[in-house]
Amino acid sequence: MKTAVIVFPGSNCDRDMAVALESVIGAKPAMVWHGDSELPADVDLIAIPGGFSYGDYLRCGAIAARSPIVRAVVEAAERGVPVLGVCNGFQVLVETGLLPGALMRNERLDFVCRDAPLKVENAQTAFTSRYEAGETIMVPVAHHDGNYVADEATLDRLEGEGRVAFRYAADINGSARRIAGVLNGAGNVLGMMPHPERRIEAAHGGTDGRRLFEGLLETVGA
Amino acid sequence: MKLRVVVNLKPGVLDPQGRAVQKALTGLGFAGVGDVRIGKVVELDVADDTDDAAIDEMCRKLLANTVIENYRVERV
Repeated sequence: MKTAVIVFPGSNCDRDMAVALESVIGAKPAMVWHGDSELPADVDLIAIPGGFSYGDYLRCGAIAARSPIVRAVVEAAERGVPVLGVCNGFQVLVETGLLPGALMRNERLDFVCRDAPLKVENAQTAFTSRYEAGETIMVPVAHHDGNYVADEATLDRLEGEGRVAFRYAADINGSARRIAGVLNGAGNVLGMMPHPERRIEAAHGGTDGRRLFEGLLETVGA
Repeated sequence: MKLRVVVNLKPGVLDPQGRAVQKALTGLGFAGVGDVRIGKVVELDVADDTDDAAIDEMCRKLLANTVIENYRVERV
């Protein structure tokens, strides 16, 4: 299974993501620099990591979403290649328009950095097949701009189509309907604020994040 | 040609920063401060023959996120 991690100036979870992918999948991901315009051929999974791409200038993820490599990511996503965006990666994905809505400053203006219990809403996706629907998992969050907003019609559509993958068990940042992770219509693009790559082995305090990558290995790598 | 693009949150989009500033102003003793909304101003120096369509496209494609923001262009 060939994976790629996109690296922007200001990314800071790219190495965590690479370690997580290698640990579960057994092969090192290609680290792809933002100025490149091509992804590795036959890539099976693209991860956009957390951090502060381009210093969060203009809006979080705004500049990254217009970088050469992200144009290639959008094309790959439209062909059906699975794309996982975590934290800043989620912000990049909404800025590209691959995912609906926007991520605004946390409602209480605080940087939220802690473990967050998440409810798995949809366990029938390439990303969530190792979870049970309705299960509560523990995954850390670390963000200042994770307050998910979309208009009511969009939120209703996301809920109706099973595109809310994860929901915070309790409100942490003001997100509409406590949404923590959303899928695109085809189900091959997931954006989430919590960091599954930070819960890969017992020494991290748990392995709930590892199961997301194990699910991808099973569904995408097969 | 100098342009000033004013980007504001759409009505109805909660502005936590604006609300914090409103509370701080009230705390400083300024009575009667109602809603506060924080936006941003982008000043651009563009070629004189830049047409309106191109300017509008710059706003829609990058300067504003039209999911949550409105924009207006002023010629300085």
